[in-house]
Amino acid sequence: MDTNDSLRVASLWHSMHAISQQLSPTTGCSGIELLEADTFDLHCFQSLTGTKFFVVCEPGTQHMEALLKVVYELYTDYVLKNPFYEMEMPIRCELFDINLTQAVQKDRVALLGR
Amino acid sequence: MQFFGGSEISPSPPTPTTTTGNNAHMIYIFNRNGVCLLYREWNRPLHTLNPQQDHKLMFGLLFSLKSLAAKMDPTSADKGNLGVPQLPGQGCSFHSFRTNSYKLSFMETPSGIKFILVTNPRTSDLRETLKYIYNLYVEYVAKNPLYTPGTPIRCELFNTAVDQYVRSI
Repeated sequence: MDTNDSLRVASLWHSMHAISQQLSPTTGCSGIELLEADTFDLHCFQSLTGTKFFVVCEPGTQHMEALLKVVYELYTDYVLKNPFYEMEMPIRCELFDINLTQAVQKDRVALLGR
Repeated sequence: MQFFGGSEISPSPPTPTTTTGNNAHMIYIFNRNGVCLLYREWNRPLHTLNPQQDHKLMFGLLFSLKSLAAKMDPTSADKGNLGVPQLPGQGCSFHSFRTNSYKLSFMETPSGIKFILVTNPRTSDLRETLKYIYNLYVEYVAKNPLYTPGTPIRCELFNTAVDQYVRSI
């Protein structure tokens, strides 16, 4: 998926997140947290500022919410505290990428080890 | 019927998974053109929009979500562009999504009839439930000689059957 597609998907998701709140039968809906499809699951975590984190995984994978929280922590540490990072721009912080890959690997090893 | 491997209502409905009683909030049935064939609600404290807008918004949401799922599918090699209408059964389609206040289960038949069930978020997988409701639809609506396809369903038997079944989930 190239950058244009990513942008389209992101804007589509943002609107659908909002529409799903409108269609809620009860009050207090905070948007889509999990989308289950035939071949994948998509977990979404929304921070208090509205930044959304997604994980696409195999159907039925457990503990993705924990992974998303870990990624959120890495984001606050390596991206937001980076003085050269401009808000709302694509993230190009090396440390963030390295730690992100490590976190996902650790998660994968933990899953396989079980 | 190859699609579901069972064409009678006689296979026993799926056993109740969570607490009995009011689990479901509402049900929508749409045809492939976006006409809302059925809308029933059992437990809906919050009405944000008037019914027409609500139906249109729901249909639009599902259309976009299907398109997004087809695009984001990690297993398929070639994906169409976003926004291209997907034929029923083509590409990867989602079957449910969950928020903190509700869970929406979705099923589309090869003829383009879409079944949507909105329940509380702790409900487990409702695909079998939707298949059962599809069987009810076939028996009471599709086989009804007085029913015109593409128009809203006005069949009391179907409504009561759906009500009864959904209350037992």
